[in-house]
Amino acid sequence: MRENGAEEYIPENAPPLNEEQAIANLTSPDTGLRYYAAWWLGKFRVNSKAAVDGLIAALEDEADRTELGGYPLRRNAARALGKLGDTQAVDGLIKCLSSSDFYVREASAQSLEMLRASDAAPSLMQLLSGGVAAAVQVPGRPHLVQPYEAILEALGAIGAKEAISLIQPFLEHPLPRVQCAAARAMYQLTLDASYGDRLVKALDSDDLKLRRVALSDLGAIGYIAAADAIAQAKVENSFKLIALKGLLEHQLPSLDVSLSEDTIRLMNLMDALL
Amino acid sequence: MTKELIRAVESADSPALMVAAVQKLAAAKDEAAIPTLIAVFGYNNPTAAVAAVAGLVELGEVAVPQLLSQIDDYNYGARAYSIRALSAIADPRAIDILLTAAATDFAPSVRRAAAKGLGNLHWHKLNDSQRASALSRCLETLLNISTDSDWSIRYAAVVGLQALAKIPDLRSPIQAKFKEMLISDTEKAVCARVQLAQLAM
Repeated sequence: MRENGAEEYIPENAPPLNEEQAIANLTSPDTGLRYYAAWWLGKFRVNSKAAVDGLIAALEDEADRTELGGYPLRRNAARALGKLGDTQAVDGLIKCLSSSDFYVREASAQSLEMLRASDAAPSLMQLLSGGVAAAVQVPGRPHLVQPYEAILEALGAIGAKEAISLIQPFLEHPLPRVQCAAARAMYQLTLDASYGDRLVKALDSDDLKLRRVALSDLGAIGYIAAADAIAQAKVENSFKLIALKGLLEHQLPSLDVSLSEDTIRLMNLMDALL
Repeated sequence: MTKELIRAVESADSPALMVAAVQKLAAAKDEAAIPTLIAVFGYNNPTAAVAAVAGLVELGEVAVPQLLSQIDDYNYGARAYSIRALSAIADPRAIDILLTAAATDFAPSVRRAAAKGLGNLHWHKLNDSQRASALSRCLETLLNISTDSDWSIRYAAVVGLQALAKIPDLRSPIQAKFKEMLISDTEKAVCARVQLAQLAM
């Protein structure tokens, strides 16, 4: 449990927490309590200064280690900081991109994406060095040498156009999930429909998990041409609704919306999935 | 004939054969197919389940008693298909199950399907006193879940409320709720759906 990259961890006998207690628990002598507190602060989006400062400090925790040398508390702190939306965390998260722990690097890349941290581009690009040839599985571990999906997605989300030539080769990576992440980033950086269409094509894959990945990518980039393909994809309605919501929001620049033909068409598709 | 089609569904040994068998059984439009079509909801084959829902909706009211009595309390995937079928058939005998599902089911897919259905029941099948009470219970439930923490539940509540606003007496509380949602809701997608509902009113 502690070694994998599971997003959320809910202890069976978790103590009920409040904000103050959770922040205090980040430095508890009990590393289990620290780990849970970091998750809890992200889950309940506690973005007070004390919470953010406590989590940033937890990015350098040395006490909580796994058998394989991982840093569970750092992973949870990095995940939480992405959810809190405070850009104070950016410097600490960029440092974490060079952590020895794969899951710390992955969580940090994901959170830098959520924080739209354009300052992270050089460090993210560094992790792509060696290109596709270097992007291989770590022997005996369930992951590649770097968290390529998270890195590619982050570079796309922060608009790192300087990374295009590094990202493009990953369209041919042997793993379809990595190809999808590259297509998603390439679309965001170039707005070239051929990259959106690659993701639409992935909706026809035999692999349900990959179809879900492609749906979420299409939602994230708001690729409007995919609307009907999303509505018809062989995936659970909940995933399709979220993807169509992504498309819809992309068409709505602000809360003060005026409806267009496209937005109405999207909502009709969503209504039919309820 | 129907017996053979039922046997084909029960003995299908691949997802594709299952889909084809369910489509044929649904097309037969035979009441004898109802239990088998409902059972398909639990087979974890979404395409077959969608075909089974379509077949049951086509059969309409005659399928309602079995749909009501055979709801799967232990499989939320299956339950969502039952609720979708009941919502689409729109027989008011389903009102209690739809109200409970919309308000208290733990599965968002079930709640969304129920919320949509609550706006569209065939009210004219109820007598005057039944109708007044049914409408007020539906309105109350939809207004309540329009402040749920899950955006997709609020979205579905708007869809249900839009349909319910066809009843003249309910229009003004629904309009008031929509105005309030446009001010307070933080999800652009929900606000856009409110605006679409207002256009339709």
